Amino acid sequence: MTIIEPRPPVGDLYLHDTTVGFGNVVLSEWTKVRSLRSSYVCSGLVTLAMLGLAVGLGARWAHQHGAVPDWFDAVNISLSGTYIAQVIIGTFGVMAISSEHTTGMIRATFAAVPQRRAVLAAKVLVVGVSTLVIGELLSFGSFAVGQALMAHKGVGVSLSDPGALRSAFGAGLFLALAGLLGLGIGAIIRNTAGAISLFFGVMFALDPIVDLLPTTWRNDLINYLPVNAGTQIFTTVNVKGSLAPWNGLAVFVLYPAVALLAGFLLIDVRDA
Amino acid sequence: MIQARALTKHYGRTVAVDGLSFDVEPGRVTGFLGPNGAGKSTTMRLILGLDHPTSGTVTVLGRRYRDHFRPLHDVGAVLEAGSVHGGRSAYHHLLCLAQSNGIPRRRVTQVLDVVGLTDVAGRRVGTFSLGMSQRLSLAAALLGDPPVILCDEPVNGLDPEGIRWMRELLRGLAAEGRTVFVSSHLLSEMALTADQVIVVGRGRLLADTSVASLVANGGHSPVRVRTPGAELLATALRDAGGTVDATGMDTLDVVGLSGSEIGDLALRLGVAVHELTPQPPSLEAAFLDLTQEATQFRAVGSTA
Repeated sequence: MTIIEPRPPVGDLYLHDTTVGFGNVVLSEWTKVRSLRSSYVCSGLVTLAMLGLAVGLGARWAHQHGAVPDWFDAVNISLSGTYIAQVIIGTFGVMAISSEHTTGMIRATFAAVPQRRAVLAAKVLVVGVSTLVIGELLSFGSFAVGQALMAHKGVGVSLSDPGALRSAFGAGLFLALAGLLGLGIGAIIRNTAGAISLFFGVMFALDPIVDLLPTTWRNDLINYLPVNAGTQIFTTVNVKGSLAPWNGLAVFVLYPAVALLAGFLLIDVRDA
Repeated sequence: MIQARALTKHYGRTVAVDGLSFDVEPGRVTGFLGPNGAGKSTTMRLILGLDHPTSGTVTVLGRRYRDHFRPLHDVGAVLEAGSVHGGRSAYHHLLCLAQSNGIPRRRVTQVLDVVGLTDVAGRRVGTFSLGMSQRLSLAAALLGDPPVILCDEPVNGLDPEGIRWMRELLRGLAAEGRTVFVSSHLLSEMALTADQVIVVGRGRLLADTSVASLVANGGHSPVRVRTPGAELLATALRDAGGTVDATGMDTLDVVGLSGSEIGDLALRLGVAVHELTPQPPSLEAAFLDLTQEATQFRAVGSTA
């Protein structure tokens, strides 16, 4: 008696298809992302944060009495949602790997693909590209909405104005990098709660520690902290001493790069 | 086929697996038995490359698991319960595993059908009962139609019908010539399912033998004696070198003396015997013998 009747003859499955490779792992990781409700919740919250703040702050400045202040940065204001979205997308990045460890899914994943670095690389690609696409759509969208509202007061700018295109594009880039920082920290810490805490710590808790240093050091170093450096890419009115936009982004890239490097080194040597 | 050679795993100062060597052959069900904490799950994790051995090796089909490329075609694993993301549907859980190994979508539908989860394929796994989760885990193991199947406590949480179904499925897979390796602490289940058993205790190999010979050799099978003079007879039996276990008011289980020796002794004492039944040798008795020795060894070792 054949017990598992519906099993097809062995030849029916392409059993040792040599074309199976990294692309399959990427496809698998993409299926994981799109089949979880939390991915849609994160996308919804990011949309709400980006467009909501663009509308809110755009309307607020459209109703400003009198002239706008010196520090007024129409570009940055329309992209203010990025400050909230960075947290949501960072959490999404953390969860892309920590949820597998927390639930035990990682055992099934590594049993299917024992080349663990390929799994992490696929996650980098899927998290990086999906957050970049969403980040770019929403930052250009927020820019358009915010500027349209501020145009009523005559303080809106267009994409052809200095720094505007760079900022709109850069905000999306910044968000994708925040997602990758989350992923890198998730790969190191593996526990969701711990990894999210460390992500917040790296992003927001380093400032007061740097404040302990002597003033001249502090004033230099403070600009290299992740948020201070990374957000320059969508700022057009620079605070004195802060990094230039692309320099700031280049510094910010180092944070996810170091975290992911550590993740790649650890993933092969640890017990799952 | 699976080969372990001097496989050892330490977690800090705890020795979970201690120099295990065994072969698991194709074409039969090999049970992996031991009390809780004996190192069964750790061994499974070492076989699957999830944990790294401290020393020694274990190979599947001649290669370390990590040297397998897209291993679902070679090895299917029914992992310990809870190796899934509860927020994902059964279908998508299987789909993402299948895709990573280049297995087509229609195979996902097939294995859902094989394990009887087609109707709940779209439901989130977090809402599944333990039995349904076990079936899902088995479906994942069957995705690549592999020649080697590993199961970690596969009948946990299954109802009697499910246990029977799982047993027939595993026996069927072995009959097709596959290597089937099943860990369990349920002896009665292994007696029915397995052909061969590997018994471990405290991380060490205690036996690697067929179920039949384990039962035949292990075992001091007891003789049950029912007598109104239980106390008197027990003392005499002990003096005669037997091990006596009073299992009731008037019943004794005697090990180390044959039925006729007990009967003769009772006659000399003038004690009536109402029942004198040699108990059939059981896997349980053999197993307890083996694991007790391991426990005693440990006790001696720790005081030294």
